[in-house]
Amino acid sequence: MSNQNNYQADDNGMYGQFGGAYIPEMLYPNIENLKKVYKEIIASDSFQKEYKALLKDYVGRPSPLYYAARLSEKYQTNIYLKREDLNHTGAHKINNTVGQILIAKHMGKDRIIAETGAGQHGVATATACALMGLKCVVYMGEVDIKRQAPNVARMKMLGAEVVAATSGSRTLKDATNEALRDWICNPEDTFYLIGSVVGPHPYPDMVARLQAVISEEIKQQITEKTNKDYPDYVIACVGGGSNAAGSFYHFLDDQRVKLIAVEASGMGVDSGETAATIALGDKGIIHGSLTFLMQSDDGQITEPYSISAGLDYPGIGPQHAHLFDTGRATFLSATDNESLDAALQLTKLEGIIPALESAHALAALNKMKFKPDDSVVITVSGRGDKDMATYMERFDF
Amino acid sequence: MNRLQQLFRDKKDICSVYFTAGYPNLEDTMPVLQALEDGGADLVELGMPFSDPLADGPTIQASSEKALENGMSIKKLFEQIKDMRKTISMPVVLMGYFNPVFKYGVNEFITRCQEVGVDGLILPDLPFDEYREKYQQLFEEAAIANIFLITPQTSNERIKLIDSNSRSFIYVVSSASVTGAKKDVEQKQIDYFTRVNSLGLTAPRVIGFGISNRSTFNTACQYASGAIIGSAFVKLLAEHGADAGKIEEFIKNIK
Repeated sequence: MSNQNNYQADDNGMYGQFGGAYIPEMLYPNIENLKKVYKEIIASDSFQKEYKALLKDYVGRPSPLYYAARLSEKYQTNIYLKREDLNHTGAHKINNTVGQILIAKHMGKDRIIAETGAGQHGVATATACALMGLKCVVYMGEVDIKRQAPNVARMKMLGAEVVAATSGSRTLKDATNEALRDWICNPEDTFYLIGSVVGPHPYPDMVARLQAVISEEIKQQITEKTNKDYPDYVIACVGGGSNAAGSFYHFLDDQRVKLIAVEASGMGVDSGETAATIALGDKGIIHGSLTFLMQSDDGQITEPYSISAGLDYPGIGPQHAHLFDTGRATFLSATDNESLDAALQLTKLEGIIPALESAHALAALNKMKFKPDDSVVITVSGRGDKDMATYMERFDF
Repeated sequence: MNRLQQLFRDKKDICSVYFTAGYPNLEDTMPVLQALEDGGADLVELGMPFSDPLADGPTIQASSEKALENGMSIKKLFEQIKDMRKTISMPVVLMGYFNPVFKYGVNEFITRCQEVGVDGLILPDLPFDEYREKYQQLFEEAAIANIFLITPQTSNERIKLIDSNSRSFIYVVSSASVTGAKKDVEQKQIDYFTRVNSLGLTAPRVIGFGISNRSTFNTACQYASGAIIGSAFVKLLAEHGADAGKIEEFIKNIK
């Protein structure tokens, strides 16, 4: 049954029953145009050469695969951390923004727009725009702007214009709506740089391809470090799902590798204060894609909650919906408190302060049983500097 | 012949009005609809509010938000308009985003539309190909017209394809913008309307987005069967509520 392309998007951007491009006609030409060229651009020699050079010398790749000895001892197995936290700008987000900026340049676009929640994707986008000398406009919910002042300042220092989304709940989903509205109004010169494996086709596939470098490296590094050419487990956190998509990409067709995605359940899956989209299991359309999402009985999209700003998105990438549907990946969830404990544990045992998002992946260790000879890869998607205010408050430092 | 076909056969300079259901108060839907009928509107787009209206500008966004706060829902809407055909003779088209319809169940939704006398649907984010593949038969058997949008960026080839699948009018989005953009009609828009008119389409066209007063309405009507006023009317409701006198005056000032 294992078809090579079972887990990838078809030509219409469908992953099984999920995905597609549910967009108003105003966006159709933009999306059609991007759909026509993205694969060809990514495959081209000139793109690959430039992209790889930037990943190496600018982002600082390959990121290490670090054997976490004390953590391994605690869980009586072999735990390897994929250190995306060591990338320039402190997270995996830069892999995608550097790639999409090059695609935008190939398409002759000179104005970049992006949405951001906590500001991580906004900073990564503003960074890539500064690098390439392109105009950058970042939409951010008014509420988030107040909560994330340091990242707002970073974006401004990098030369981006930060525009407050003042509609709806004034958070990430509304920032995304504003970015889409901007794109509707500026179809000619503007490239919309989406930060996760969400949105209309071809974004989920394009972003997954640009994050696939994570699993490409894991595959090579695990072969060097162990007597097998694959890990037994790959564990990653999932909000929209870009670091998970990148961590899974080259293992999707290798059934020996168990794929574990960890959602943020906030105060608990059934608390009403959660972002565990898959666990709630309701299908619908959000930002142009058919997937699982959080909605009311009337089909209104509801506001998620998680302590981690990067995971509180009310939808999930359509590929993840499909991986869940087919049983290819296992979906777990971790609460705020479980994730805070996991962050503190990693800090104490390994001297690595993880981002709150990554802490959700680490929290899965307490929910699973491993064998002593298993190799378990956990993607540390980002570093914890941005979350120090939360850690200070919660741990009373 | 259905109400939409009859309207486009018998009338020109069709004055079409958009408003959000359940706005400014939950129970204003029928009073506003009735005032529009009495005031001389020819066609109504009745907006189903959505939490994430990404093709709409600030005015319609705000009205959607308020309507949802008021407790508006699709279920509530069908209750409100269940007897509308006793007093409303103009065609009524429901307009909204696809997710609430998908959640309600497309089959069930179409059945309810047919029962209450809705004539058509505008679902901007239901993709054309998906409509043809999954829903066209359902819509056509129920005689519910699916109304497509075209924009200045839509290719001639695609406009013709949309035309051949239209069972009523085509919604001509006047410029690359969200709803409520306030501009005069520019030469490049006129060029676009003229291009569309040169394609020999069979479906009548109605121009929307940026139509706010008599002058823009008249200009649009020179290039199409009619025009749609949305944000400008929603602003009137924001200011005066479901005031029948003000609504009639508004329509008289346009036509």
